[in-house]
Amino acid sequence: MTTAPFPTTLAPVKRVSLLRRFMRKPLGVTALVLFLIVVALAVFAPLFAKFDPNHVDFNLVHAVPGTDGHLLGGDTAGRDLYSRLLYGARTTLWGALITCVAGLVLGVPAGVSAGYFAGGTVDKVCSWISDALQSVPALIVLLVVAAGTGQSFPIMMISLGVFLAPGYYRISRARAMSVRREPYIDAARVSGMTNGRIIRTHMLRAVYAPLVVQSALTAGIAIGMQAGLQFLGIGSASTPSWGQMMNDGFINITAFPIILLWPSIILGVTIATLAFMGSTLGDLISVRAEQPTRKLRAKARQVMLTPPAAADLPTRQTSGMHAHSVEGCALRVDNLRIGYATKDGGVKEVVRGVSLDAAPGEVLGIVGESGSGKTQTSFAVLDLLPAGGTAVADGIWIAGKEVGHLPTAERAALLGREIGYVPQEPMTNLDPCYTIERQLVEPLHRVHGMSKADAAKRAREMLVRVGITDPDRVLRSYPHQISGGMAQRVLIAGAVSGRPSLLIADEPTTALDVTVQAEVLELLRELQQEYGMALMIVTHNFGVVADICDRVVVMKDGRIVETGAVERIFRNPEDPYTAELISASLDDVEGRHELDEAWSAGPTGSAGPAGHSTAHAGGEDGAR
Amino acid sequence: MLSFIGKRLLSGIFLLLVVTSGTFFLAHVAIGDPTQGLLGNSATPAQSAALRTKIGYDDPLLVQFWNWLSHAVTGDFGKSWRSFQPVNDQLGRSIPITLSIVVFSLIISVVFGAVIGIVCGLRPGGWLDRVLKVASVVLFALPGFWISIQLVMLFAVNLKWFPSVGYVSPSVSFVGWIETITLPSISLALGAIVMIAEQLRNGFIEVANQDFVRTLRARGLPRRRVTTHVLRNASPAALTVLALMFVGLLGGAVIVELVFNMYGIGRYTQQSSQIGDIPSLLGVTAVTVAFVVVVNFLLDLVLGWVNPKVRER
Repeated sequence: MTTAPFPTTLAPVKRVSLLRRFMRKPLGVTALVLFLIVVALAVFAPLFAKFDPNHVDFNLVHAVPGTDGHLLGGDTAGRDLYSRLLYGARTTLWGALITCVAGLVLGVPAGVSAGYFAGGTVDKVCSWISDALQSVPALIVLLVVAAGTGQSFPIMMISLGVFLAPGYYRISRARAMSVRREPYIDAARVSGMTNGRIIRTHMLRAVYAPLVVQSALTAGIAIGMQAGLQFLGIGSASTPSWGQMMNDGFINITAFPIILLWPSIILGVTIATLAFMGSTLGDLISVRAEQPTRKLRAKARQVMLTPPAAADLPTRQTSGMHAHSVEGCALRVDNLRIGYATKDGGVKEVVRGVSLDAAPGEVLGIVGESGSGKTQTSFAVLDLLPAGGTAVADGIWIAGKEVGHLPTAERAALLGREIGYVPQEPMTNLDPCYTIERQLVEPLHRVHGMSKADAAKRAREMLVRVGITDPDRVLRSYPHQISGGMAQRVLIAGAVSGRPSLLIADEPTTALDVTVQAEVLELLRELQQEYGMALMIVTHNFGVVADICDRVVVMKDGRIVETGAVERIFRNPEDPYTAELISASLDDVEGRHELDEAWSAGPTGSAGPAGHSTAHAGGEDGAR
Repeated sequence: MLSFIGKRLLSGIFLLLVVTSGTFFLAHVAIGDPTQGLLGNSATPAQSAALRTKIGYDDPLLVQFWNWLSHAVTGDFGKSWRSFQPVNDQLGRSIPITLSIVVFSLIISVVFGAVIGIVCGLRPGGWLDRVLKVASVVLFALPGFWISIQLVMLFAVNLKWFPSVGYVSPSVSFVGWIETITLPSISLALGAIVMIAEQLRNGFIEVANQDFVRTLRARGLPRRRVTTHVLRNASPAALTVLALMFVGLLGGAVIVELVFNMYGIGRYTQQSSQIGDIPSLLGVTAVTVAFVVVVNFLLDLVLGWVNPKVRER
């Protein structure tokens, strides 16, 4: 989200480090070395193999390895297997190269152009051709081609390249499309670069790394297909090839299985090395979603539970304070810390000792800029931290009961019953595959044990309650068919339909239009009073705090800097950071003016201009 | 929904038309005068001329194409230039064999691929996930015929668990049928299993980290119900792969059949290719592409049912 505006020099730098990073992967290096050995054997075949691969010697028919200096013995026709294997490597690699080049030449320019002009005619035509090629069994068409040109090996391999071009096409198109949206491409256009030049310089550079991966895969597939065709008897009989050798060995599989062994090994190894090279490189440019292992998470938890050293104690003490007694709390959090396991086995703490509480019927605001840990705190109360996150606390109380040390399943049982949750971004928080009705009814039916008919009735009532005027249409709709404001009302209906004692709302108005924001806040206020819920509302906006909150907690860098009643905080903020946040949120001109002056005098702390702009633009939280 | 179905159907028919006419002209350009391949080198010019007249090769190419196409749309693929038997008879004998292998391997790969994919998606970084990661690299790359040869070597030649060659029709012996198609199907399925599993696993993890999953859990839904939601959202990617895989399985079956000495469309295509028997080649192409079109169409319907947004395209 916070990319530097014009990283035009990114690609070349990446190229060097990519090779270096590849060299640090043992599996990738082993595969590369083995592959280079095969290449060397092929290139220097005349040096390594002293026998003519096509010379027939009747004494050598089915000869065992070692006969008369023939390292691997002889085949059915009495030819030296070792020589044929090496010369076969030449055929194989040459063929794979032809196929890859054909695929690259056809797929990449088409893919980059299609991605750059996505949605245009070029894109539509090329994508249709690509899809069509992928729905034709290539081998059958190749046999049609072979019918007339069976002896012409390059034509076969070029034809194969045509069928593998969609792989290149899809990758280049997808990459070009994502690069197309980068600001530096716009900058290049504004500065007067032609489309052709942008495609040549910027786009092709961006697709470079994925294409290397794709080429490794394509070469592997090409080698396999080629061997298959040769196994079927396609290709010149006078050119030694692995497929032919496998066919010869397969015919004699019961009597002389060893003939089959050599080409099987070298074919399998060559294909596997290409596959591993491709996958190692692919991992480096990250294709597979990896998550911290259980071990790392357990370790992170252990680190966080370790008592701090005496020297660290001042910074490890809890921040914030409690306003109510333990028994009278709807929510109480004592010394909460949240950490994420890093790949090298360490822990990154994002919340460092937070204590707060809220009484039934009270509205507590948690205010702070992006990355202050306010959203993480609310996830920890829900026990729904993203993967890799661990929370430890001296205690978490919900409705007067300590739940922080309960097992996961019992914590989960509180959700939907004691605790309701209203998320930030309404459009991504509804399941796109189900109707609104289904999504409202399912929890009522499954969690609260209502019959489906009762649940449907309740869902409709709830929609009416949250101010939706045509509930029946909304119930039938899928999430993408309703507006953001409507979706947020649906989510609020879902959150309060279980009559929770605590409602946690994470930036509930940030993603909405200004006109809808006030209505949604008003709705939350009404529901909170109607049901007597405690409401914990996470926001970056002091305007929201002023509108709805009773008390407020100000967070910064994972710690609480100030807690207090709203009026007091607005009138007399104790912490300079609170004062800064308040003036940044106020809408009157004077406030901003003062702030500008404060900046020109020199920004204080981490809340400089960058912090200010993100806090104002809002929306994105660091942990997302 | 209806217009969605109609569009997919039309696009399928268009594809079928393009591919078959493409193959027609490609075959004619590649093969040229077919009589030498059909009759062998010893044929006299008079024999060649007679054959050319008999198969209608002297007609202009477009006339030949029209003749072929107008019959093909009625399901009649003409007669072989070699045996003068109807191509349909040959197809009727060979297609059940190929389809047995392809469908059986499809079932194996969907079942195993789905189970492995879900388990790995639920526990990324677990032992099965790590095995899948390595296995998917190797098994995806290795061609089916290579795997089938190794399996024959191990299970048919060394262990003698399965017959190494031949095909038994289910109408003759059901057990014999299963026995003969098991090894070829497994050979083809191994690559497909890891492809589906990997796709489903990645989709699963991606969806599981999306906002709406947290919200579903925050409503108190039990884990199993949440998994259902995740799975439904993750399945389109795996279904798309399934369409590609069906094509791959058909192609792979062509060679694997030969390893197991089965007279499926692979052997039929290979023999027709060697002698330049264009009507047979066209028949095989048209029927296989038709299968692909039908499978893609069915998958589109499933996709449309799974994902409401697809329907509106």
